[in-house]
Amino acid sequence: MIIFFAVFLLTLLVITAIAIVRTENLFVAVMLTSIFSLLMAANFFILDAADVALTEAAIGAGVTTVIFLSALSLTAERERSQTTAKWLTIGVVSVTALVLMYATFDKPLLGDPNAPVHQHVAPWYLENTPILIDIPNVVTAVLSSFRGYDTLGEVFVVFAACIGVLFLLSAGNGIKAEDETPKSQGLRHHLIPKVVGRLLVPFIVLFGLYVQFHGEYGPGGGFQAGAIIATAFILHALLEGERAALAAMPRAALLGMAVAGAMLYGMVGVVCIALGGNFLDYSVLHSNPVIGQQIGIIVIEAGVGITVCGALLSIFHAFTSRRGLN
Amino acid sequence: MELLGYYNYWVFAILLVIGLYTVIAKGNLIKKLLGLSIFQSAVFLMYITMNKVEGGTAPIILKGATDQIFSNPLPQVLILTAIVVGVSTTAVGLAIVVRIKETYGSIEEHQIFEADQTP
Repeated sequence: MIIFFAVFLLTLLVITAIAIVRTENLFVAVMLTSIFSLLMAANFFILDAADVALTEAAIGAGVTTVIFLSALSLTAERERSQTTAKWLTIGVVSVTALVLMYATFDKPLLGDPNAPVHQHVAPWYLENTPILIDIPNVVTAVLSSFRGYDTLGEVFVVFAACIGVLFLLSAGNGIKAEDETPKSQGLRHHLIPKVVGRLLVPFIVLFGLYVQFHGEYGPGGGFQAGAIIATAFILHALLEGERAALAAMPRAALLGMAVAGAMLYGMVGVVCIALGGNFLDYSVLHSNPVIGQQIGIIVIEAGVGITVCGALLSIFHAFTSRRGLN
Repeated sequence: MELLGYYNYWVFAILLVIGLYTVIAKGNLIKKLLGLSIFQSAVFLMYITMNKVEGGTAPIILKGATDQIFSNPLPQVLILTAIVVGVSTTAVGLAIVVRIKETYGSIEEHQIFEADQTP
């Protein structure tokens, strides 16, 4: 039965993607992208990837949409150029699609337990997580311990992207003067968004903290929690206006969060070396190696959450505080 | 029924080329970035499709329960981090688009080329 539901969702996904390409109103296209991400998250959930679904829902449907919208307010809402070389492009991409579809017949069927991808390290991870780390969520264990180097690299990429956006958007025409434009007042004069939004903000933060600290036992972890807490603060900024949000959370504090989280993650690795282990080998953090692993995972997940939250909020404020030309 | 096992991969192929089409044929820079994110989501879908095991469940181990089948945790870890990195890199792209708009007064490709041709 579930397979028909999956087929239905995947078909909707294709329809949404075509609608995104066809519409000329960029505002509509961005809102459709939000729906696209939500459908994608539902698909991930059907395919047993609960952690990924949570991430896609928080980031794809939440943060990405807001960042696109704030970029739209600085550029243009309508697409003006004609599609160039339409039929040639359609020809090229159709051939690509046919080649890709032909290649899929060599792939194992969906859910085949004998597929090559399930034969290599994955069974080892599933077998050894209860022995070596003893936390229920294998995804968190692989993310923060077995593949800790990889995750450290990703955290630094997020940090570097945040620095890049700040470099690009703090120069040139300058930060917006602190005047009372309609944008800086937020939705303060709209009663219903204000009341409902104010009620929601603390609960979103609470849920983010739950996802952060429950990440070892259920779906969740630093990446998802950082994004969820960032959406709560973005909602606060949309309701109360840019100035009130920056008064509650100054730019320097946000950038400090992005730096501190990445530093915390790196420092755990250095502490492991100082205690006689390898870089990011958490077993030496406690006399019992299993508890050492658990301590290391909790600390680096906190580092990931702080960096992701700080970096996403810094990016959001970099866009919203820039003065538009029109 | 057998063919439905390939349906996910076909949707992956179609979404991939929809993204590719947008990047090639559309002149608007924000539209191109939307196309890139569709392209990226298609790759995510392919990875997550590979992680599914028939009769399996999300890889969260219940203490005491035996004979559980789990889906593959590894593609999930790779894609989880890729989603977060994806939004950060998209933001860098959007920041560049905003600066292009401020410099050229347009985000349409042909107008930017024309502005570059006239000295």
